[in-house]
Amino acid sequence: MIRHLPFILKNSLRNRRRSALTIVSIAASLCLLGLLLAIYHSFYYTEATPDQAHRLITRNRVSLANPLPLSYGAQIRQVPGVEEAMIFQWFGGTYKDARDPANFFGRFAVEPKKFGKVNPDYKLPESEMQAFINERQACIVGSKTASRHNMKLGDRITIDGDIFPVKMELVLRGIYENKIDNETLFFNFEYLNESLGTTQGLRDQVSTFGLRIARPEDANAVSKAVDDMFRNSPAQTKTETEAAFGLSFLAFLGNVKLILLSICSAVTFTILLVTGNTMAMTVRERVREVGVLKTLGFTNGLVVTMLVGEAIVISLIGGGIGLLLASGGCALLRTLPSTFANFSQISLPPPVIGLCLSIAVFIGIVSSLFPAWGASRRSIVDALKYTD
Amino acid sequence: MKIPITYNIRNLIARRTTTLMTALGIALTVAVLLSIFAMVEGLRSSLAATGHPLHILLMRKGATAELNSIATPEHYQIVKAKPGIARMPNGDPMVSLELVTVIIIESPDNPSGINISLRGLTTTGVAMREDVRISQGRMFTPGRREVVVGKGLARRYPKASIGSKLEFGRGEWEVVGIMDGGRSAANSEVFCDLAQLASDQNRETGLSSLLIRATDEVAMNALMNDLKEDRRLNADAVSEKSYYEQQTSSAAPIQFLGVFVAIIMAIGSCFAAMNTMYAAVARRSAEIGTLRVLGFSKLGILTSFFLESLLLSLLGGLLGCLLVLPLNNLTTGIGSFTTFSEFTFEFRITPAIMLGGMAFAAALGAIGGLLPAASAARKEILAALKQN
Repeated sequence: MIRHLPFILKNSLRNRRRSALTIVSIAASLCLLGLLLAIYHSFYYTEATPDQAHRLITRNRVSLANPLPLSYGAQIRQVPGVEEAMIFQWFGGTYKDARDPANFFGRFAVEPKKFGKVNPDYKLPESEMQAFINERQACIVGSKTASRHNMKLGDRITIDGDIFPVKMELVLRGIYENKIDNETLFFNFEYLNESLGTTQGLRDQVSTFGLRIARPEDANAVSKAVDDMFRNSPAQTKTETEAAFGLSFLAFLGNVKLILLSICSAVTFTILLVTGNTMAMTVRERVREVGVLKTLGFTNGLVVTMLVGEAIVISLIGGGIGLLLASGGCALLRTLPSTFANFSQISLPPPVIGLCLSIAVFIGIVSSLFPAWGASRRSIVDALKYTD
Repeated sequence: MKIPITYNIRNLIARRTTTLMTALGIALTVAVLLSIFAMVEGLRSSLAATGHPLHILLMRKGATAELNSIATPEHYQIVKAKPGIARMPNGDPMVSLELVTVIIIESPDNPSGINISLRGLTTTGVAMREDVRISQGRMFTPGRREVVVGKGLARRYPKASIGSKLEFGRGEWEVVGIMDGGRSAANSEVFCDLAQLASDQNRETGLSSLLIRATDEVAMNALMNDLKEDRRLNADAVSEKSYYEQQTSSAAPIQFLGVFVAIIMAIGSCFAAMNTMYAAVARRSAEIGTLRVLGFSKLGILTSFFLESLLLSLLGGLLGCLLVLPLNNLTTGIGSFTTFSEFTFEFRITPAIMLGGMAFAAALGAIGGLLPAASAARKEILAALKQN
């Protein structure tokens, strides 16, 4: 086969227009496949960072909209294996204009004193951290959001509440760096809680607690211990790892897994049809040539190998271009303000690249095997007589 | 003179494998687009069918959903006395104080459970929903731990069938009936007695919202202004219709994904169609020459090949429509971040959607067929006749 490679390459470029059209159509499909698989991978196979593995999230068993009493924090801290438990309250609200998607970044009320302990992966200078701890209206924000909105230390940031009927007048005191989340804004829970006055059902209530645990391998045991503690309370809890918490959001949107996988298979099947069609056309044109080759002493097997090889070359070129496009698409996704933190890190991981290229090879083989087989089996006389 | 269309149809039939493969590629592209559209249309029509045109929903100022709204019995007393409110046959004003919360129901697909909206209402509240009827069993009895579930839920969750028990609040609630709300949101909700639920959840004084029916449209506008301006209420009044309509946005991410995928797949299928048409032109070179000799104009040739491409893609479109037809009326659910619960609805494949799919396919065929048709028309007569 290697010996015949130049011949195969020459053949595959013989009908330039057809090869180009086929390559473009394979490239478009494989680009899509690569992107979807990268998204799938980022949702379901992303390894937790060491700091993420140390974090658990406790929320009301029923839903995020059902709060937990503030007092749970102190109780959770008593559970063996828990190093710290911090209030982690989704605030939501609107920043400037809610219609601009660039203004969608997470806004959480937290306990600044415990922030560094629970979230050591959010890096910011010590002086900024001190300001965050000491000043009631201080807030910190990720560098991505800061640069997107041109925020500087000392800026005033107003967030208008929706769930909470209050307006938070914040002062930017720190800009942090973090690989997995560079967008969220954090401010002091005490400021929020005091602003609420005596609003029924909101004051002294917390939607989630962020826990730092001593050893990641204890995650399940600690989760169970926390949930067991509140088993008979009016507000039962559900504790899970940060990754599982993220996935439960996704599961809530609908059967994302099924939607992604069924689109992927529809795409794969479409490429199969397209390539199969092209290869059938190519082979049909070459039947007479196959007769000539066989006259020259090419065996049936060699003829099949050459035709199949040609299809593989074409689909691999298409696949390569498609993957390049897909990695460009990933780069684009990374810059978007995202609801899912997973997108901030998205790229084409080796397993996805491997899978896409295997699909390309598979498509090359399957699409050409039948026509090639048919052509090679014709007797020389038949093949030479064949008219299209 | 025009080349008869039967010429094209016969050509497509003569090359049936190629025709079918190309058409199937287009069909899959159309099917992906249509299935997403059918989903969005199902959600949209279901939300649009919810709500009485004369109903006003009163929520706390700033609340985005009933779930994070608060209404008290005092609110109820104030509103009851307002002018312009319709009356029940027994003379009571049509004002319903309601409590909306979220419960978890497990299913085989989702062992950790899915959030479902639970609505506590009075007999007035039940009577105001004339479009909801009990299709199986009976309505809940006030003062008892009994619920009725929407038919969409009953279909998807084995735990939501008559006779089974749901566990929430301070005990077990028996499912005593299944309600059919036509296409409305009631299909994805659970109804129970307001007083019982409020006491179970310690929320006798902090309920969710008020539903009010105005006597007529003019009174409705006046009443809405009256409610908004009443300082004692500090509340926002919206029409029930618009409240549900704005929730269509839950489908935005899936709709975006669908359109994005369809466009990229369309590029692939478009090039595939182009390939097929180029092959058809090349193969029929002698035929084209003959047609020209017989006196058919260049434009005639162009139109003929263009129409053939259109026919091919319309066949694909038709196949695509057939592929998605089994989805029609299939029940599915989508999570809404407005209500923090699942909204159940049915896929809806309307004639308009199918027409859209056909138009999309035709556009593919038109783009894919134009260049090959032009190249057919440009052929020199002699060269075409000589070409093999």
